[in-house]
Amino acid sequence: MAKLPPYATTGQRIWHYTFLVICGLIFFFLIAPIAVVIPLSFNAENFFTFTPEMLRLDPEGYSLKHYRDFFSNPDWQNALWNSIKIAPVATILSVSLGTLAAIGLSQPHVPARRAIMAILISPMIVPLIISAAGMYFFYSKINLAGTYWGVVLAHAALGIPFVIITVTATLVGFDRSLTRAAANMGADPVTTFFRVQMPLILPGVISGALFAFITSFDEVVVVIFVGSAKQQTLPWQMFTGLREQISPTILAVATILVAVSIVLLTIVELLRRRSERLRGMSPG
Amino acid sequence: MADAASNDGFVVFDRVQKSYDGETLVVKDLNLSVAKGEFLTMLGPSGSGKTTCLMMLAGFETATHGDIRLGGKPINNIPPHKRGIGMVFQNYALFPHMTIAENLSFPLEVRKIGKSDREAKVKRALDMVEMGDFGGRRPAQLSGGQQQRVALARALVFEPELVLMDEPLGALDKQLREKMQFEITHLAHQLGITTVYVTHDQTEALTMSDNVAVFDDGRIQQLAPPDQLYERPENSFVAQFIGENNTLEGVVTEITGDTCIVKLDDGEIIDATPINVSKVGDRTTVSIRPERVEYNKERLQEGVHTLKAEVLEFIYMGDIFRTRLRVAGNDDFIIKTRNAPDVERLTPGQQIEIGWLPTDCRALDA
Repeated sequence: MAKLPPYATTGQRIWHYTFLVICGLIFFFLIAPIAVVIPLSFNAENFFTFTPEMLRLDPEGYSLKHYRDFFSNPDWQNALWNSIKIAPVATILSVSLGTLAAIGLSQPHVPARRAIMAILISPMIVPLIISAAGMYFFYSKINLAGTYWGVVLAHAALGIPFVIITVTATLVGFDRSLTRAAANMGADPVTTFFRVQMPLILPGVISGALFAFITSFDEVVVVIFVGSAKQQTLPWQMFTGLREQISPTILAVATILVAVSIVLLTIVELLRRRSERLRGMSPG
Repeated sequence: MADAASNDGFVVFDRVQKSYDGETLVVKDLNLSVAKGEFLTMLGPSGSGKTTCLMMLAGFETATHGDIRLGGKPINNIPPHKRGIGMVFQNYALFPHMTIAENLSFPLEVRKIGKSDREAKVKRALDMVEMGDFGGRRPAQLSGGQQQRVALARALVFEPELVLMDEPLGALDKQLREKMQFEITHLAHQLGITTVYVTHDQTEALTMSDNVAVFDDGRIQQLAPPDQLYERPENSFVAQFIGENNTLEGVVTEITGDTCIVKLDDGEIIDATPINVSKVGDRTTVSIRPERVEYNKERLQEGVHTLKAEVLEFIYMGDIFRTRLRVAGNDDFIIKTRNAPDVERLTPGQQIEIGWLPTDCRALDA
């Protein structure tokens, strides 16, 4: 916490503490809904509320039964498996296409690059339900609706904007004379890309990949439109679960997803710092 | 000289033009021939087209018209990575994610040279620039001067026959720059490589080069060895751009063989050598180097015209004296005198008479 300078007036002191309270409230507003889910998922009863036993911190009030349910119920297992099959493939597609697009659009000689950029980013701006409906009609025409690849492509389209934005941000600081130097030393464009450009924009690529992965892993609207029962993912299963049975297993799944997200974010941040250190951008 | 591009040079620009927008020419009808082993400097103010020429030679820009030949072969249609030209970039362009040794090894790896060979060449190149102990460091851990040496070693490590340098010393402090000027010329001559060097620093151009091409407005204004360029500039741009220069404006009143008489705008008469004035009545800018002006009457040649001058300022610079005079209405007439025991130190307000050898005073275009 920042120390107040000795010359601060009473008004400044009052504002300083008010400001801290406001920040705390905002933080609480953001975190509370997620934090509440975690203890509830250890509920021993099949309810979405804190039982008196739980409030008394009685061990009897807590159990792992919802987690057992998640790992034993074939519906949930199937959904988990579908998510695991879809998200990484969609991520790989998003990262490859998004990175190439970002590099292409960073070349000053590309005509109409602002317009192209706007189109590529539009899936992020257009309301999801509209994208989803559009994709459904389009994919139906070309027999992609209800297929595994349909869902993968749809999720890739949603992930590409994130990759483009993060990679473009890293490219802003990229020194073009490095690729020229590589070419001058005899490296063809492909070698130059993999040996010089890629390692240097890797932090942006990794962040973009994380966003693309989370987008696919958490996505429910598009998959309901474009997918069929065979592509039922975790979020879809949770959504159906909420509507039909209100089982606290959903809370267990939510907790697992939160944990996975935190782990992923941490790993990515560590990777990013490591690669920034490697390219000598920041000290030690 | 500029238009005498022969076809047997190692690097040849043959009537090269370059335009970025299809309207204005950045490079206008460039003819230039660089011999094998020559150290050529392209010198000029920013926007004069010199860097564009270097980029065309490296392959990062394409010529709009004309041919560029390397070793007799046209290279217009050869991509940069197949030209085999070494280059030192203005900001060094060292790969920040690789160590110094990896940086040097890179051009050898893409040439598929074996590991032991590679290591030997990298070591030799690093030793050559006295950076042998730094192979394991990263560029960010080196000082500007050290990065500069590494960049030089990297451009030389794959033994190119031609090396391009784009203002490589611009970011260094004065002392280091002078040291590197010497080292680069020394290395280039020792290895016998052809060098094309771009700079806007005239001292660098004069001290390093075999030949200097002075660029302005997309054309080579003069191509000559440093001493000729300094002592015999062919037009007023070159005279102004290279070294310190005094100018006086006037009209040619008489031309006899290789001397002429110029009547200055305030009516005084001086002797000069006609360079690009052709007839009596031409307006001319007369150029005299500050160190060629003489005010000791005993040393002045018999019969030459002298000018009255008033001393405005005397600056003691150690090895030389720098004196500012008012001559024929010009308040910025500078003379430089060597600090020697027999030289008179002028005082402001003093009235003196100055003169020079007609050969040192060149009547150029107005």
